[in-house]
Amino acid sequence: MFWEIILELSEGFLITCEIFALTLIFALPLGLLVALGAMSRFKPLKAVVKTIVWIVRGTPLMLQIMVIYYGPGLLFGVRGIGNMLAVMIAFILNYACYFSEIYRGGIESISKGQYEAGQVLGMTRSQIFFKVVLLQVVKRILAPMSNEVMTLVKDTSLARIISVIEILFVAETFALQGIIWPLFFTGVYYLLFIGIILTIVFGRLEKKLNYFKV
Amino acid sequence: MAFLELKNYRKKFGENEVLKGISVSLEKGEVLAIIGSSGGGKTTLLRCMNFLEMPDEGELYLGGEKLFDAAEKKSYSDAEIREKRLHFGLVFQQFNLFPQYTVFRNITLAQTLLAKQDFKRKKADFAAVCKKAPKAERKKLKAEQKQILAEIKANQKKSIEEKAENLLSRVGLSEKRDSYPYELSGGQQQRVAIARALALNPDILCFDEPTSALDPELTGEVLKVIKGLKSSDSTMIVVTHEMEFAKSVADRVIFIADGVIEEEGTPQEVFENPQSEKTRAFLRKSLEEVF
Repeated sequence: MFWEIILELSEGFLITCEIFALTLIFALPLGLLVALGAMSRFKPLKAVVKTIVWIVRGTPLMLQIMVIYYGPGLLFGVRGIGNMLAVMIAFILNYACYFSEIYRGGIESISKGQYEAGQVLGMTRSQIFFKVVLLQVVKRILAPMSNEVMTLVKDTSLARIISVIEILFVAETFALQGIIWPLFFTGVYYLLFIGIILTIVFGRLEKKLNYFKV
Repeated sequence: MAFLELKNYRKKFGENEVLKGISVSLEKGEVLAIIGSSGGGKTTLLRCMNFLEMPDEGELYLGGEKLFDAAEKKSYSDAEIREKRLHFGLVFQQFNLFPQYTVFRNITLAQTLLAKQDFKRKKADFAAVCKKAPKAERKKLKAEQKQILAEIKANQKKSIEEKAENLLSRVGLSEKRDSYPYELSGGQQQRVAIARALALNPDILCFDEPTSALDPELTGEVLKVIKGLKSSDSTMIVVTHEMEFAKSVADRVIFIADGVIEEEGTPQEVFENPQSEKTRAFLRKSLEEVF
């Protein structure tokens, strides 16, 4: 019985990791695009992007998951999308918006002088961004990013509301059968993931970027 | 016509007219010092020359050729502006070195990027030549081109690095080659910034209050480097608060107040026999500060 439960919890944990990894892979670059859109000099684009960010950041992620999952069917009578896909869309959109604000803060914190130094040296706008500004931004946003990423690990548990069988979903089914320890075990999984792996990864990154000061 | 001719530059920020028609001419190898109180338009003038700001009116001639005409400014593309910028170098008050790169890389970065663009263009040219050639010869041609390109690449790298080494020794920082900007003093950072600007061989090197952000004991080393450049015939424009420095280095001095040139002449004329009342008041004040 014990090993069966552990096996099931581990399967749930794999789903958790899948949501986590896919969200990061897509939301990190998408967030940069959103940030650039929010800083665009083209006013209509800026307005649209800012409105989307405002809505996404202003409503619960759980609500967003529900709307994306049930919305298409109830609004237009079309067949809805699968629950995993709905979760992924909601997570990626939600986290891209949060990341975008961190990126934006980072980008805007870089002094105008860095851009101007690039300009007078004849660099193009994209060269200035990628060769001069980006790494400085990464260094500055590392701490707030680590917060967001850790929150993401824990937010994955929201996927259970549309029956994505992630680890907490599994643990709860056992709890309903009267077995309490899988819940604690779930906590251990989270702790290992966040407390050890992520802390080490971010610590390394920070150390790696310690060779210069902004 | 002089080497640099600036005609009737005007610039407004909103309702505030910062440059009210400024004309400057400068011969090759001359050093021009621009003095004046804060907010008078000195820095804006310098930024307009480097196209960090676009003047609303005015024309700029360099080496007898028209480089910029405000009447046409809307028709300049980003790439054209970039090319025009390369005629001028600018050393900032706040140095603005790139913190994530070593001193050496700070100096070579822009050149490397430009060389890469050149290289890409050449490669595209070669490819076009290859396409036109008869089929039988293509293979041979391609091999030859490959070799030439490899040589070009190696030469580019070598010349960029040699130049950077030279510049570093010229500003006296060879031993700081692999340091990062934060490890240097302000004066050293500014000397690196000067080397970085020189690396692109600008026709005219501009300094925007190069010693204003430095502790007094560090200004000397920077001024010494600038003086050294004068003896190697660089054409320079220096916005400065260091009156003594302006006196000893400049061939000509301009005093700007409220967006117009109040006084212009040799250091002797401006400092010892100023004609305008404003200049006299300004000089009196800046002397008072010293004593």
